[in-house]
Amino acid sequence: MTLAASDPIFLRYAFVLPALMGVSFVLILFFGKRLPKKGAEVGIAAIGMCLLFSLAAGYQWIDRVEHPPEVEHSEEPAADAEGEHALAAVQFVAAPAQEEGEHHEVAPVLTEATWFTSGGVDFTVGTFVDGLSVMMMIMVSTVSLLVHVYSTDYVGGDRRYTHYFAFLSLFSASMLLLIMSRSTVQFITAWELVGLCSFVLIGHWWEEKPNSDAALKAFLTNRVGDIGLIVGMIVLFFAAGSFDIVQINEFANGVTGGNDHLLLLVASLCLIAAVMSKSGQFILHTWLPDAMAGPTPVSALIHAATMVVAGIFMVARLYGVFFEGLSIGTSNINALAVVGAVTLLFGGALAFVQNDIKKVLAYSTVSQLGYMVMALGVGAWTAAVFHLFTHAFFKAGLFLGSGSVAHSVHSFDMKEDMGGMKRFMPRTFVTFVMCSLALAAIPPLAGFWSKDEILAGASQLGGDGGYPLMLIAGTIGGGLTAAYMTRCIWLTFFGEPRGHAADPHHPPHESGPLILWPLYILAGLAVVSGFANLPAGGIFPDVMALRFEHYVEPVAGYFPGELPTFSHPHFSWWVALVSTGWAVIAAGFAYLYWERGQGHGLTERSRVARGGYVLLENKYYFDHLYTGVIANGIKGPVARAAYWFNQNVIDGILNGVAFGVTVVGRWVYKYIDQGAIDGAIDGSGTVSDSLGQALRQLQTGKVQQYGALLFGGAVILAGIFVFAI
Amino acid sequence: MLLNQFLLLGAVLFSIGVYGVLARRNGVLVLLSIELILNAVNINLVAFGTYTGSISGQVFALFVIAIAAAEVGVGLAIVLMIYRNRQSIDLDELSSMKG
Repeated sequence: MTLAASDPIFLRYAFVLPALMGVSFVLILFFGKRLPKKGAEVGIAAIGMCLLFSLAAGYQWIDRVEHPPEVEHSEEPAADAEGEHALAAVQFVAAPAQEEGEHHEVAPVLTEATWFTSGGVDFTVGTFVDGLSVMMMIMVSTVSLLVHVYSTDYVGGDRRYTHYFAFLSLFSASMLLLIMSRSTVQFITAWELVGLCSFVLIGHWWEEKPNSDAALKAFLTNRVGDIGLIVGMIVLFFAAGSFDIVQINEFANGVTGGNDHLLLLVASLCLIAAVMSKSGQFILHTWLPDAMAGPTPVSALIHAATMVVAGIFMVARLYGVFFEGLSIGTSNINALAVVGAVTLLFGGALAFVQNDIKKVLAYSTVSQLGYMVMALGVGAWTAAVFHLFTHAFFKAGLFLGSGSVAHSVHSFDMKEDMGGMKRFMPRTFVTFVMCSLALAAIPPLAGFWSKDEILAGASQLGGDGGYPLMLIAGTIGGGLTAAYMTRCIWLTFFGEPRGHAADPHHPPHESGPLILWPLYILAGLAVVSGFANLPAGGIFPDVMALRFEHYVEPVAGYFPGELPTFSHPHFSWWVALVSTGWAVIAAGFAYLYWERGQGHGLTERSRVARGGYVLLENKYYFDHLYTGVIANGIKGPVARAAYWFNQNVIDGILNGVAFGVTVVGRWVYKYIDQGAIDGAIDGSGTVSDSLGQALRQLQTGKVQQYGALLFGGAVILAGIFVFAI
Repeated sequence: MLLNQFLLLGAVLFSIGVYGVLARRNGVLVLLSIELILNAVNINLVAFGTYTGSISGQVFALFVIAIAAAEVGVGLAIVLMIYRNRQSIDLDELSSMKG
């Protein structure tokens, strides 16, 4: 479990990645403006190196999983003994999944350094590299590199172009630091750093008030969840006695002696608040759609692919805590799964009433993040992480595609300024449709494999009967996804051009290669990334099946994979058929409704439908609740009380003091200033003057007279010395 | 010991010097008188040094001679400049410092 000299070099020196991006940030900030490409080349070079480094790390990690090093018993005899004890404890359990039998421990690559010591507790930092971290490294650097390239065109000529690239670098550094955090303190630091970068980049065009408002909203909403994060991490520290994520998980899994279920429950509930804010879960999701005020590449990178999955990553990383604390393996419903299910349904429904293309995608992101949280909540760890992986590519592709369209028509409004874009931007159209199909989970694209695994998990995992509510919610949500993406594509790319898109002087045009190539790559990944985890035992050869699960899911004491209650879902034909069929049917309904106009006027005819529409349009009144009820409720009375206090008490005191001071001041002026001080000064002046006049008589200018006075004085002094002493 | 005689000699020289400084009008002669005062002091220093059996009196005297040489150098330069400006070195005429 400690750093061994034999550890592969790219896994051991993973800290190079955030360091590289950090250096890039400083270089761009201080020297970017003087460089020929205004700093963009530094960022692209750095993130490109990161991608190569992470691919090498991925290769070495696969090698490590295939040929796990011998566990070194001599180094940590105590921990290993306990580890084997735990292994022995699960030996008698029948392995539910077929690959369970061939599992042998693959130790993560750990490094550690003491950051500071306070009160006898060492606060350490270090890297924690396992399959999850390596997968995230590859995903983050791929998306980040594509976004860097895309941005050179998209924000080209911007007044804060250099500043923008500097913060892209800082963001990449923070995100890479976050995914390889060894200790919870380091994790919180990186968590706040990505939040800061998100704030800066959402408010990139801060001259316009809504943008800086959105940035503030994102930042402040995240603060609410951060309280949960900090409290949860503190609870875990006192429960496990360590900031080390490995040790916390081993404690939670019962590897290092008994755990405390109540403490783990409290900690996981606190941490769920953090997931709610960072990963846009109900009821703290409201900042995420507003965050679309930032530049589109930022939305693709931060608010679709990387930062918003930090909450999912945190749950996946501390899965022992959640698995034990929420009894995920043995229950039929739990807080995490409920949060995810509610989010995926409500978020998906909200996407129907948005006219801003980026907001549709933002609510879609909320909904897909709900899937991931729900998957973690039902115990389908690999499904959640796999969905995170595939979603990053196709959602980043969708965002960049929407940016490509908006770059051409200078608007994000689908109803007013788009329509018929297929004609003008055929390449963007193709990539957008491919990513949409992946999102809508149409086989054989990426989203199908990951979403189907989540649904299979909801139906098969947990206590007796699985998680039925989650299965229903997930299936319905799949239909919603297909329907709102149909609506989005239809409004954007089909029909007649409207508004800016119909402007005869500036007809829309296809974007340049710097925008298109990232789109091609992401659309390609949206097609193929799903093949990373093909289901086992079916029509595919076993060598290709479940590769993602094999390489990414940890097999060690810090992961609940060896607990008797943990199991993996199998591919299920009826889940796949029902969800796909339902998605196609929902897409068909959407097509009929928006393209053919069938069922239009439903909101006029039906009160229920109208009520639902109004509810959705007002985003379930959450913003009203937060700003109107909570903020104003506090603001109103408190402000009035403060005003009264201000007018009567503080003003009274101030007036009284001011009056007193005036009276005293007048008296002081009259008697002290004019009388005493001026008198003294005038007096001293007069005295000096007359003395000077008297002494002036001595100043004859004759040197010898001065000499005579000097000697006279000396004689007098000499007389005093001789006779008086 | 002839200390008294030396001290008497020093006092006489000093008084002559003081008289010269205060009474002479010629700047050069004033400088010479200052030299007389300094040498009176030197005589005293050497006399007291011999009297107490220490060498420091003579060392001081050497210092005074060195500094007096520098002082005369500066003083004569000043007198020369005054002469160039006013064609005169009469100290009574140098009363521009009158208050």
